[in-house]
Parts: sequence; structure tokens; C-alpha cells
Amino acid sequence: MKTRREMLSSGAKLAALMASVGLLPATAMADWNKVAFDAKTLAEAVKGLGGGAPVASKDVTITGPDIAENGAVVPVGASTTLAGVKQLALMVEKNPNALAAVFNVTDAVEPSVSTRVKMGQSSNVFAVAIMNDGKVYYAQKEIKVTLGGCGG
Amino acid sequence: MADPMRIRAQVTGDKATVRVLMSHEMETGQRKDSAGKTIPAWFIQEVTVAHNGKNVLTAQWGPAVSKNPFMQCVVKGAKAGDKIAVTWVDNKGDKRTDEATVS
Repeated sequence: MKTRREMLSSGAKLAALMASVGLLPATAMADWNKVAFDAKTLAEAVKGLGGGAPVASKDVTITGPDIAENGAVVPVGASTTLAGVKQLALMVEKNPNALAAVFNVTDAVEPSVSTRVKMGQSSNVFAVAIMNDGKVYYAQKEIKVTLGGCGG
Repeated sequence: MADPMRIRAQVTGDKATVRVLMSHEMETGQRKDSAGKTIPAWFIQEVTVAHNGKNVLTAQWGPAVSKNPFMQCVVKGAKAGDKIAVTWVDNKGDKRTDEATVS
């Protein structure tokens, strides 16, 4: 378990990062969101997705292993119990590009998705839920990687 | 080039769990070959899940999604016999659609 202090400091860090780049309206999702995927940091990625200030929430759940033996295949999932979710995003803090995947959720599916991502090194992984009203909630989990997924 | 996807959709109560296994290299564009040249990125960018012809989930992926990607989602209101179609488009414009029946 994370201590309250750690939760607060990482939340504040993320918030500061995102606040520093300002808030932008949601971009049209028709095409691949190059801005968000090119982002090197979480802040830029959320800006690219058009989210507001993020808040840590226990209503958002991230699932994944504590230790991943192979960083090339790390099963992670994002889900939330909140209503009115527009997007669920998975971000890996220390990857070259933070954003791994964005799922645009409709009313016809549960706000719960999972996939497998690559991780270059041990890092915090974030499940980010962007709501219809622009609010952003997230959950994080540290996943340790014993073998990186970005090497040759 | 692309091999078929493996799609399983199973009913649990009034919803169906859809699991998809795609066949794709998912090259990140960060790796180098033995000659030291960067291998160009080649990865799935967009995934669409349709339930009986209606899009219920779209996803945008970056190169950080693993090779031969797996994806799971839960479709509400799906019954046995319904069709689940999954489409992906990669950054070279290649695409593939496969369909499965909910069981």
C-alpha cells in the first residue's frame, strides 16, 4: 500500500505537471491523436487528450502485477465505477512516450478495459479516466520490471 | 500480411466479455537492427469494436502496446448469437476486420 504522504505527493506532482501546460478543450477523436501519443510526459499526454486537473480517486482501479518479469508484455487494466466516463487511458510514466492506449468508452460498454503494454523499466503506471464533464480521475500503481521491453 | 484475430465473446448475465488477440508486430520505432539502423515504427493505431454493426468502443493505441496485442472489454446487453466485429488500422494504413458470435 502507498502511504498517504506518497499518494499526496505524487498527486500533487501530476497535478502541477498538468496545470503547468494549461487546460485545453477535448480534441476531436476522429483521427489518431498524434499530440497525445507523441507526448513525452504524463502532463503533455493529458493535455493532448484534453483533460482537466487530475484527482486521485479510489473509484478508478488499475490492475496489474506488482512485478513484471517481462517488460514487453505487462498485463494492465483500467476500470472505474463512476458514471459518465468518456475515455480510459493507460499511461506509463517512464516510457519514452507516456501514453500507451486510450479507450473511448460508450454507454454500451462497461468502463472497464484491459490490454498488455510494454514497459522500458520499473515505473508508475496510471489509469486515467476522463469524464464527459472534463474532470480527470486517476489511479496509479508501481510496477517493477525485471527485464525491459524496449531493448533490442 | 495480417493473420486473423482471435475473438472470444462470452455471455455472463446481461453482458458479454469480449477478448481479442490480434496478430501484429507492434514495432515501436525505437529499436535498432544489427546494422544500427532504426527499425521504423509499425503498430496498430485504431481499434473499433462493434456489436451487431453498432460501434460500442473505439481505442487509440500507441507503440507501447505489446506485440500481438490482447484486449478485453465488456459489452452490455449482448446476447448469445449477437455479432461482435473488431477492426484495427495500423500506421501503414493496413486494416483487418474479424467477426465472432457471442456464445
